[in-house]
Amino acid sequence: MKRVLEHAVRWLLTASGFVTSAVILLIIGFLFTEGAGLFREHVIEEGYVLALNRDNPVKEMSAAEIKAVFDEDIVSWKDLGWKDIPVETFRLEDIGRYFTEAELGPQYEHAGSAIAGLVSSHPGMIAFVPESMIPQEAGLNFIEDSTISFSEVIAGPEWFPTATPAPLFGMWPLLAGTLWVSLFAILIALPFGISIAVYMAEVASEKVRNFLKPVIELLNGIPSVVYGFFGLIVIVPMLQRVFGLPVGESGLAGSLVLAIMALPTIVTVAEDAMRNCPRSLREASLALGATKWQTISKVVIPSSMSGIASGVVLGIGRAVGETMAVLMVTGNAAVVPTTILEPLRTIPATIAAELGEAPAGGAHYQSLFLLGVILFFITFFINLCVEFISSRGKVRNS
Amino acid sequence: MEKIEARDVNFYYGNFHALKGISMDIPRNNVVAFIGPSGCGKSTFLRLFNRMNDLIPEARLEGSIMIDGQDIYGPDVQVDELRKNVGMVFQRPNPFPKSIFDNIAYGLRVNGIKDREYIRHRVEESLRGAALWDEVKDKLNASAYALSGGQQQRLCIARAMAVSPSVLLMDEPASALDPISTAKVEELICELRKEVTIVIVTHNMQQASRVSDKTAFFYMGEMVEYDDTKVIFTNPRKEATQNYITGRFG
Repeated sequence: MKRVLEHAVRWLLTASGFVTSAVILLIIGFLFTEGAGLFREHVIEEGYVLALNRDNPVKEMSAAEIKAVFDEDIVSWKDLGWKDIPVETFRLEDIGRYFTEAELGPQYEHAGSAIAGLVSSHPGMIAFVPESMIPQEAGLNFIEDSTISFSEVIAGPEWFPTATPAPLFGMWPLLAGTLWVSLFAILIALPFGISIAVYMAEVASEKVRNFLKPVIELLNGIPSVVYGFFGLIVIVPMLQRVFGLPVGESGLAGSLVLAIMALPTIVTVAEDAMRNCPRSLREASLALGATKWQTISKVVIPSSMSGIASGVVLGIGRAVGETMAVLMVTGNAAVVPTTILEPLRTIPATIAAELGEAPAGGAHYQSLFLLGVILFFITFFINLCVEFISSRGKVRNS
Repeated sequence: MEKIEARDVNFYYGNFHALKGISMDIPRNNVVAFIGPSGCGKSTFLRLFNRMNDLIPEARLEGSIMIDGQDIYGPDVQVDELRKNVGMVFQRPNPFPKSIFDNIAYGLRVNGIKDREYIRHRVEESLRGAALWDEVKDKLNASAYALSGGQQQRLCIARAMAVSPSVLLMDEPASALDPISTAKVEELICELRKEVTIVIVTHNMQQASRVSDKTAFFYMGEMVEYDDTKVIFTNPRKEATQNYITGRFG
């Protein structure tokens, strides 16, 4: 009976281990397949074409150029490699400006040939129309539709996932926003975190420590939306006043909130590392005539460096992946940040904010998964750093 | 005036009376060994000489300890200055996780010496003094943890000697070492006595008889007997000492 029970327990434990691993791998696999699907999507919206006059030799346009053309940022074909003819854009909704309902027929059955004729008679026209509407024999040129390219996504400077005819999935502003906010968060949290850790490990009496430590660990238990709310109500108006900003929602607000959120991790891990510094090392230092501060700065901190670094990197990991609080206070403008005082948008905030409005299976939807993949790689890299740093510490301390 | 004079020293850990009325004179450039069973207070007494026991909360001292005629527990004593003058070597080798060079230079640097040439010179001198120079001169920048246990302990002795103390306290310095390393450390003690007064705590009676001029036997927080090593080991006056050194208890 005992045997059977032991077997059952062992089997149960093994099974739960494997099931969990399998689920995790499936999630990652799902993330990757969905994300990679973006590169099979076409630049131009599915079922549509960009039709040109037969004389127009332009064959290829990037998504950014298409957007610029339809936003009227590019007004001459010269910029696209033809001659100096003004660009005229045509969208289906403009059809009323050119034709009467009678010309189009009651069922719009003449619309296709009408548009074809319009494009044929306007050398500078580019028309964004459904592919099925244009008659085969119309003799128009079409922009070659390519799939979305990797470099345009990773390094693209513009994030306009809902733009027509060609959405822009440049993730650089989001990536830069994420890194920028995290960097400042760590720059703020690091000096405070280390000071608190040193204070708790070396200076504070047992009583003070027993009070402080649970309080700081309590910070870990506060839901991030509460931090976001606090940031929105307190930090954002404060920054607006102090720096005289038009809006207080800025990267710095996000960094401050993240710094507060990363503090407990940094403090707890760094403090543990310092307390684990062997007493024999402290005694050796003191016995040589070093003062307490010399001992802390020259022996305790260097010898617990790997632990401190792990704490910092874990703090960064938390900052990079944090969603809600950042979403609430950073202003969410998807532009490449140049200062920390302007609004910016992070990867997790983008996913949270846009997933609800992206049609499932579409390019926008897949691009959000791709953002998830990027985030996964960032945190994966950070975890690798922690592993590396702490394993190096172990080798040295053994 | 003797190098170290302890008068009516009583020491308490909280309510525990760890040292009971100990008075002792330690002459200059002597090696004095403290022997006795575990928990007899010999290490506690040793650690009073460089105020290492200050770190223990709720510890209390009565009586006085003078080094060179100065009360080291006096109000105007700088503990770090005192510790610079009274070096210490611990039971287990405890080099810093730094290079061999930086280990030795540490004491000089924390005492405000910046002259690189002088530090280099002192490092070499200390390592030679600890009979370690020939073994490490080509790898001064290697981690001290790369050395063997015996080498690490000699490194710790060199580190303590680098700041030129006049007293060296050794708390069972060879108990974690193999016999060959132990012999080297003992040789070193005999060399170092020319420069410093050495107080050594040891569990090893042969060691005490080999290296020390005087020996004190501690038992249950009291100093039972203190005399020339020769007398203690050949003709002790107290029965407890006799019993201990012949191995009948302890």
